[in-house]
This record gives sequence, C-alpha cells and structure tokens, in this order.
Amino acid sequence: MVALPKNGVIMKIEIKNAKLSDGSSQDVLIENGLIVAALSGAADVSIDGSRYLVTPALIDPHAHLRVPGQEEKETLETGLMAAVAGGYGSVVSMPNTSPAVDEPELVQKLIRDAEALGLARLFPSAALTRGREGKLLSDAAALKAAGAVMLTDDGGTNEDAGVLRRGLEYAHALGLVVSVHAEDASLRGDGVINEGHTSEHLGLPGNPVAAEAARIARDLEICALTGSRLHVQHLSSARGLALVREAKTRGLPVTCEVAPHHLTLTDTLFASERFYCDPVLKVAPPLRSQSDCLALLEGLRDGTVDCIGTDHAPHTTAEKQRDMLEAPFGIANIEITFPLLYTRFVETGKLELSKLLELMTSGATNMLGWTAPTLEIGSVADIAIFDLNTTKTVDSKTFKTKARFDSPWQGEALRGWAVCTIVRGKIAFDSR
Amino acid sequence: MKHLLDFQGWSKGSLENVLETAKVMSDVLDRPVKKVPALQGFTICNVFFENSTRTRLSFELAARRMSADVLTFTSATSSTTKGESLQDTISTLEQMRVDCFIVRHGASGAAHSVNKFTKAKVVNAGDGRRAHPTQALLDAFTLQQRFGSLEGLEIAIVGDVRHSRVARSNAELLPKLGAKVRLCAPATLLPRELEADGVTLTTNLKEAVSGAHAVMALRLQLERMNTGYLPSLEEYRATYQVNSKTMKHARENALIMHPGPMNRDLEIEGDLADHNKSVILEQVRNGVPVRMAVLYHLLVGKS
Ligand SMILES: [Zn+2]
Repeated sequence: MVALPKNGVIMKIEIKNAKLSDGSSQDVLIENGLIVAALSGAADVSIDGSRYLVTPALIDPHAHLRVPGQEEKETLETGLMAAVAGGYGSVVSMPNTSPAVDEPELVQKLIRDAEALGLARLFPSAALTRGREGKLLSDAAALKAAGAVMLTDDGGTNEDAGVLRRGLEYAHALGLVVSVHAEDASLRGDGVINEGHTSEHLGLPGNPVAAEAARIARDLEICALTGSRLHVQHLSSARGLALVREAKTRGLPVTCEVAPHHLTLTDTLFASERFYCDPVLKVAPPLRSQSDCLALLEGLRDGTVDCIGTDHAPHTTAEKQRDMLEAPFGIANIEITFPLLYTRFVETGKLELSKLLELMTSGATNMLGWTAPTLEIGSVADIAIFDLNTTKTVDSKTFKTKARFDSPWQGEALRGWAVCTIVRGKIAFDSR
Repeated sequence: MKHLLDFQGWSKGSLENVLETAKVMSDVLDRPVKKVPALQGFTICNVFFENSTRTRLSFELAARRMSADVLTFTSATSSTTKGESLQDTISTLEQMRVDCFIVRHGASGAAHSVNKFTKAKVVNAGDGRRAHPTQALLDAFTLQQRFGSLEGLEIAIVGDVRHSRVARSNAELLPKLGAKVRLCAPATLLPRELEADGVTLTTNLKEAVSGAHAVMALRLQLERMNTGYLPSLEEYRATYQVNSKTMKHARENALIMHPGPMNRDLEIEGDLADHNKSVILEQVRNGVPVRMAVLYHLLVGKS
C-alpha cells in the first residue's frame, strides 16, 4: 500500500511510461480528478507503469449490490470494494432489492451512500415497473432525474408484453435504455439448470434454451415495433445471440451483454466429480453447452455482443450451500472477471486485448448512450492498472465481496489481476 | 467402496457380488433366528429429509438384522430451511461415531454432498429424481430370483419416467447386468436424453411391453395433471395403465412389478397387482436382504 495523505486524498499521481492496450507507452498524469498534461508540483504518488497495463477503469453494466434490504449478501462497501479490486471504476447496480429501487429517493440514497465511500462510482438502474411486478410503470422521469441510468425489472421477466411495450416507448422518449432478463417464465418453469443431457440424467428440472430464445424473439419484435432502445442482459445461448445478430443487421436499436460465467462454464460441470449438483454453479440464465460458449466468444469478436456484464450476484455461503432446488441463483465474480477473460481468451489468442477492454469499458458507455472513457488530457481520471505477468490463483476466501462461497473458478491460475484502481483521480484500490 | 450413490464406479462383478450376498442374507431371513452378528459394533444412521416410512423401515430392519446400532434422523423439510445446512447436520451426527449414513433427500445430488461432508460410508436412499440404487438392486435381485440371470431379459418400465429416480437407477443398473430396458411414458414424461446403450424409449405401451420378461409400472403423482404434463387421469389410464390387456403383449410368464406405493387402478390395474404374476410384495420383501448386502459390502467388504 502507498502511504495515503491524512485526508485519504491523493491529489497528484503520475504513472510513468504507462503501457497502453495498443502496446504504446505514455506518462499519465492525474490532478484534481482529471488527466492533465503536467502536474502543478511534485507527484504525491508515482507508479512505474512500464510493468503494467494501464487503461480507463472498467465499467460493469450489470451487478447486484443487494442494497437496500439484503445487506447479509452484500453491502455497498463490500460490493464497491470488490468492484475496484477487479479494476472497475463504475458499476450499474440492479434494482431487484428489497424494496425494489422504484422510487427516486432510493436512487438518490444509493448514489449518496456510494459517493461517501470513495470506491467505484455507482450508477443505479431503477425498476421499469413498480415493485418489479411487471404491471404498472414506475415514475421513469423522476427516476431519471434522481440519477437512474437504466430501467429494468431484472430477475423478473416482463411476462406482460404490452407493459414492456409501453415501458420501452416511455423510457425511450426520456433517453433511457430498458434492459431485459430475457427468459419466458412458463418455458423456464421450475428449471434450475440448462435443459439437456445433463439435466435429464441428474434428474434436475431443466430450463431450455428455447425459454431465452423465444423471449428474445418477442422482445425484438417489440423493439422493432417501438423503435426504442432495448438491451438484452446476460445472453447465454448461441440461439439467443443469433437472434440479436440478425436484429442488428436489420438495424434495430438493440444491444446485448454477456457474463463471464456463460463464456467459461458449461452445464456438464454439474455431473463432474468436483461440482456434482453443486449450487455454486446455479445461475440464471443457466450455464449452457460448450458450443454456446464458443458462439458467445464469436459474438465478442464479431461485435454482436456490445459489452461484458459481470452479473455479479452475491449470496451468503449458507444460501449457496442449500440443495440444488432451494439455493438461489447467482455467482460472485466481479473481482476476477478481467483476469479470467484475459487469461482464458487474450493469452490464448482467442480475443485481442483491445477488444476485451472495449467490451469492458466503452461497450457499456455506448450501450448507455454516454461518451467513451479515454486516457486523453482533460478526461476524468478513472483508471485501472493491471499486472499481466504475475500469476495468482482464484481463492474466494480472499474476496472483498461478502460472497465468499466457493468460486466456480476456485484454484484457477490467472494473470491480469488489478493492482491499482483510480476513481475520480483518487486511489480507490491498491495492492502493489 | 466408500459409498453407493448411484452405479458409477460399480463394476458388473461387484454388483453381482452384492446380489450373491443378498441371496445369502435372504436365506438367513428364512431361518427362525433372523439375525447375524455381521455388523455388530457398527452404527448406522438414517438421515431422511423426505418422508418414506417404507424405505426407512427396510433400511432399519436390514441394519438390525445384522446387529448394527441404528439411529434415525428425520425432518419433513430439509433442515437447511431452518438455517442449518446439510453439512452442519451431517457434521453433528458424525460426532456420534456414525459408520454409515443412509440418506434420503428431495434434491438430486444431496447424497453426493453428504459423501463429501463425511468420512463415513454413504448409501443413497433416494435423492430427488436422480437415483434410488437400492430399489434398482432389489428389482434386479427379484428378477434374478425368478429368471436365474438378467442376461438377455427385456424389461418394460412404464409411467412417469421424467420424475422417477427408480426409472433412472434401473436404466443405469439393469443394462450393466445384461438386460435391455424399455422406458415408456407419454412424451411429456419421457426425456429423450435417457436413451442409452441398452435403454430404448417409446411412447407406445404395446411396443414397450411386447416380448417383455417383466413390466414395471411407476407411481404417477396426481399433481402431474395440474402442472400440464397430462390432460387427464382418464386419458392416462386408457393409454398407459398396466393391466391384463397390456400383459397379453408381454411374454407368457412375464412378471408384474411396482416400486410402490401404488395408486391402484391408476398406473396399474388393481387386480393385476394381486395376480400370481405380480412380484410386488416380493420386491418389498427383497428390499431387506438387498440392503443388508449393500451395508455388508460397504462396511466389512474386502474391496
Ligand atoms: Zn438477470
């Protein structure tokens, strides 16, 4: 750790010979929260950037921070601490809390409480419908004015197509994206894992790809009907991806995101010795097949996928130790998403580093309609510094998140760990 | 073996050994003094998170017949809903020096979890829809008693295959012992993925039963109507009930089986259950020696 000045604020930071994702090097100088051409005096902190990758801080368009009401799973402090430990400078939180974030006061309080922590920036999304019940629209204009950046009933599945249609129209006029957890609830049924060979052999209720694909197809029709911005969350299947790809060629205003677990894990693991019927892999939508993983990777490469969303979904260890039918859906992954994808895909030559970073930074800002983050003079100083050379194994016991149940990647040797994350020109995380 | 969770890792030879031991145990049970000291000093704990008096009693009796001490822990709901995890429950019970846990649970994989949590032996007495290996073993034993060997036998299993751990375990075990299994159900209750070496699927009852050496009817949960798997009980009865008309397509001396408990006159014609070809009570009786054999092999067996 660097010695922080008494007030915890570092005014002047220099990153010498910062290695950028395109291979070039430059000095990055930070003062008063901005990237500047020259510091006004000696730097308070100097970082040798030649050993690291220096990039605009990552932006997560999809994380569950569980506040308000589920603080036993995660708090703003643990969630945002985990975020900066993963190289994230900004997080879009999901509103499926208790109560749901469907009122302006809740949005304001979230932002206020997060600001006070000085960790990652928090951009709350708000519920599209009151109580996330999928029936009555929430006060979208007021929510936007309070700071909500997106509307979604995530976790809920917007069964009423008519309500989603009106919600899309209304939000679009306000310049807000609506994002959807695209699964047909009746096709999903009581499914707890992907429907297929593994589910039928284990006798676990299956959730078919068709549940996702059918719902995406429906929502794309509504997108076409209304011309409104639609964002498909945590897309898990080759079939779902193909539908989005086709819609994009038709020019529909649709974007989509993919989560790290859908890129790297498959349902067959449930039959493996290590993960036999293990709820640590239980997630919604469910883990699919190897060919789905490969299709999603192709989607990253060809631009069909706009951004990586972690879908970081913390739960208590006790909850995840329930049986397969009772345990809640979700994986805690925000701290390891970059090293995981870097090691699995960039090091193996499957994905360009610059593409991965685009998917984890400007992909999210484009989706939200914001300008992309840069390291140019005058930009806000949200910066992540990654060590691409040091190998560390995943150990959920050392996570900053409250969710320290066994990670699906427990014990996996990864490179690309964040060593320092700067938010608003201040060091929010430093493990050097 | 450390456990009997399903039949993974069990060779044909070791399974045949268990069935041979079951024969010895069965003979013991025919004697006036139906008790052997084989498991004296061992402690066996039934851990049942799902109500099943029949299976529990069968295991208890099997253990007592071999002079083991028996503990029983039952909980109508899984203890996890009360805040205690399965791991906590097992760790607590293990402190009572349990040598073998017999686990029944509503969720697939629970017995595997228990096995991870304990050094003791573990027998799966039914986990979710996944497996019920001792039921399959007692079915195999019953068939072997009648036919001498399972080699070349054709067995039709008819009913709610999708939700049945008995069907899954039999589809795993019987082909290992040389039999062919035909699973038969309405399409909504017949997962295509269960097709395998020695296991064929059909929605046609006549086709399933034709030439069969034994026909096993599975219990139909009445809730399947409300959840949209079946149009009506009447239609199910008319299309899939195992009855005397069905049995005309089977071999002449074909056996009638049911893992119990039965819905008489639903999945099986009531009179048929009492027919002289019915071995349904024999299955219940064979449960004890088969479970004795399993416990014996796990606790004092050589390998
Ligand atoms: Zn979701």
